[in-house]
Amino acid sequence: MKVLVPVKRVIDYNVKVRVKADQSGVELANVKMSMNPFDEISVEEAIRLKEAGTATEIVVVTVGPQQAQETLRTALAMGADRGIHVKTDAEVEPLAVAKILKAVAGEESPELIIVGKQAIDDDSNQTGQMLSALLGWPQGTFASKVEKDGDKLNVTREIDGGLQTIKLNLPAVVTSDLRLNEPRYASLPNIMKAKKKPIDAKTPEDYSVDLTPRLQVQKVTEPAERQAGIKVETAAELVAKLKEAGVIG
Amino acid sequence: MPHIYSEKDLDFILYDMLDTEGLLKTERYAEHSREAFNQILETSTRMAEDLYQPHAAKVDANEPEFDGEKVTIIPEVKEALDAYREAGFPGALFPFEQGGMQLPVTIAQASGFIFGAANVSTAGYAMLSLGAANLISSFGSQAQQDRFLSQMIEGRFFGTMCLSEPQAGSSLSDIRTKAVPQEDGTYAITGTKMWISGGEHDMSENIIHMVMAKIEGAPAGAKGISLFIVPKIMVKEDGTLGKRNDVKLAGLNHKMGYRGTVNTFLSFGEEGGAVGYLVGEPNKGLAYMFQMMNEARIGVGLGATSLGYTGYLHSLDYAKGRPQGRLIDGKDPTTPMVPIIEHADIKRLMMQQKSYVEGALHLCLYAARLVDDIATCEDAADRKDMELLLDLLTPVVKSWPSEFCLEANKLAIQVHGGYGYTREYPVERFYRDNRLNPIHEGTHGIQGLDILGRKVSMANGRAVELLIERMTKTIVAAKAEATLSAHATALEEAVGVLVSTTQTLLGAAMQGDVARAFANATLYLDAFGHVVLAWFWLQQALKAQEKLAHGADGDDAAFYAGKQAACTYFMRYELPKAVSSLHEQAKLDDTCVSADPAIF
Repeated sequence: MKVLVPVKRVIDYNVKVRVKADQSGVELANVKMSMNPFDEISVEEAIRLKEAGTATEIVVVTVGPQQAQETLRTALAMGADRGIHVKTDAEVEPLAVAKILKAVAGEESPELIIVGKQAIDDDSNQTGQMLSALLGWPQGTFASKVEKDGDKLNVTREIDGGLQTIKLNLPAVVTSDLRLNEPRYASLPNIMKAKKKPIDAKTPEDYSVDLTPRLQVQKVTEPAERQAGIKVETAAELVAKLKEAGVIG
Repeated sequence: MPHIYSEKDLDFILYDMLDTEGLLKTERYAEHSREAFNQILETSTRMAEDLYQPHAAKVDANEPEFDGEKVTIIPEVKEALDAYREAGFPGALFPFEQGGMQLPVTIAQASGFIFGAANVSTAGYAMLSLGAANLISSFGSQAQQDRFLSQMIEGRFFGTMCLSEPQAGSSLSDIRTKAVPQEDGTYAITGTKMWISGGEHDMSENIIHMVMAKIEGAPAGAKGISLFIVPKIMVKEDGTLGKRNDVKLAGLNHKMGYRGTVNTFLSFGEEGGAVGYLVGEPNKGLAYMFQMMNEARIGVGLGATSLGYTGYLHSLDYAKGRPQGRLIDGKDPTTPMVPIIEHADIKRLMMQQKSYVEGALHLCLYAARLVDDIATCEDAADRKDMELLLDLLTPVVKSWPSEFCLEANKLAIQVHGGYGYTREYPVERFYRDNRLNPIHEGTHGIQGLDILGRKVSMANGRAVELLIERMTKTIVAAKAEATLSAHATALEEAVGVLVSTTQTLLGAAMQGDVARAFANATLYLDAFGHVVLAWFWLQQALKAQEKLAHGADGDDAAFYAGKQAACTYFMRYELPKAVSSLHEQAKLDDTCVSADPAIF
């Protein structure tokens, strides 16, 4: 089974994100970037499937600027087999990414695509679902467990109030949730090996995908600063305050 | 939770100051890339944060225990070290053909710095093992390498250094451990060894002790010391484990800091003799050990720097988040209190720490880069020069961070006030951990004698000349910058005083007044270190100037402005201390050396 894993280069989860002075977006210059944590979980899951003998090859793909190649290398250093870099400096929205991934899937014919449930920069949570619809493949979103079962895939999903297990026909799209696994560290020997693993250079034009954004960003602002709270002495006082604030009738 | 170190600063030192990328042009390191270096440092950082830092306080509060049979260490230490092994770190420095990663020493030391900043006592096991493996790699026979080294590179065997004995610490020539030749070519080792870190535990399959002992009939003193491999468990020729060797744990030492690194008192040969394998030639043990000292001492300096650095960042985090009082010129009690970093004295405490820890990081990695340059230099004369320079700087690299990053830890506690004195905050632990560094691997006093008694005069003072040549280049460049020329002049004058004091002291020694000449060798070492650090700060300020001139903005601009401020601080507040001390030393004062023990 060939597994395709899309990975995205995002602001590192440790970095305190700052809004650009002109409110056009967030500051990316000289900011530490790394692989979207949910994508790391996807890569890890693919590697585990390969270690278990279920997967045969892991192809990682990214859409982004030149530096996004570093993110592919990280995935290769974790244990993926080869990479595809669809190079663009343009702003890409989930729909465009899904279209590119659909085209990549057309060329690569994977049986499984594991997509991070969302990227921690824009938190869209759309790419996996859109990809599934475009391909006409079944989807198992927010996966916390993935198991091959004959020619099917059992996916345990994290849903409100508990877990749901569904059986998918293959090929399928799965989106990974936080508890799917704990990603490994790239070991020194694998970092060295990753240097020699191939990365195909592509462009959105190669897949005839129009990246033009469908959305327009009006402005980006910091969340409002939290106001200091107050202490109340009694439950009655609390109720009064809540009524005053208009949150209860 | 503050970061354990500054990635931005490490990146600045590695690539802007030391051109680590330049190593990729050499044949030895051509297989690597900056991207791979960064991934290795990234793996180091994540493992350090996920697996090392979380148990640092716990292992300090629950030090290793010995029940007479077995040493127990909290399981988190083994989990961290297992992950370290699985990630391939124990082989980082060894050549590809030995199954290693052939990583530059500069990058391997930078990685060690990160692990040390997270948890110095768990990181300690790897450093000790590396030292032992280096000895076997450099001086062991092929058979010894096949039998022991490969398993150490894989990280399955750990190692120790067994030098000190209860009656012989700094004075190694007085060791008594004895080696008696056996018919099978091995030696029977008997004796006791003190302060052996990592001497007994179950965290690795085996422990390889590197033991200093005297073969029967060997010359007296240091010239009669040989080096032996003494495994805890015998290793058969095919590499599998045999029976237990005659090495026993006599007891544990209970330390002030570094508590996770089990420290032992070992007894060899209680049942007739532990099996030892001679490394290299007889009576060369101390010479072998000294050849490995440079790298080991960089490791000590860097460990001290890790602790100083992380203490600085912890106190910075506290200073920015702790509101207390109002500014001295605005005491209106109805206004909100200010974060303490607004107060002048806290700024001073922060600046002093910053100048110590960031300077020390540059110093240690500069020395690591010299090790790489020596390994890759094709010109024999250049290589010899760099070896001399490294030899000269080694006591500074070991001692300056040990003294002044410890001082930084003291200041980090001060920033925290009463909270810093409690165990609820980690800065007191950093201080206790760091207090070891001026003591082990050659005490501060030994290092002073090393630099003044041996290093500055070796090769007719060639090493000092080389250092001054390099300093002069920086001074000339800085004089051309309006904002730095005063600093350049201050450094130039300090170098002049250092040279004249050195001549005075060595002259006195040559005329037979050895006692007075070397009486203040430790103070000389401190002053020497301050002059060297002023040079590193001038280099950093020059680079910062260049970056600012090229339009660095935002966080970058603040970073480089910070470098310039720390340089200014060091030149104005620290360097004069060294100059004043050097002037005093040149007077050959005998207040201390002539004191009769009866007066104390």
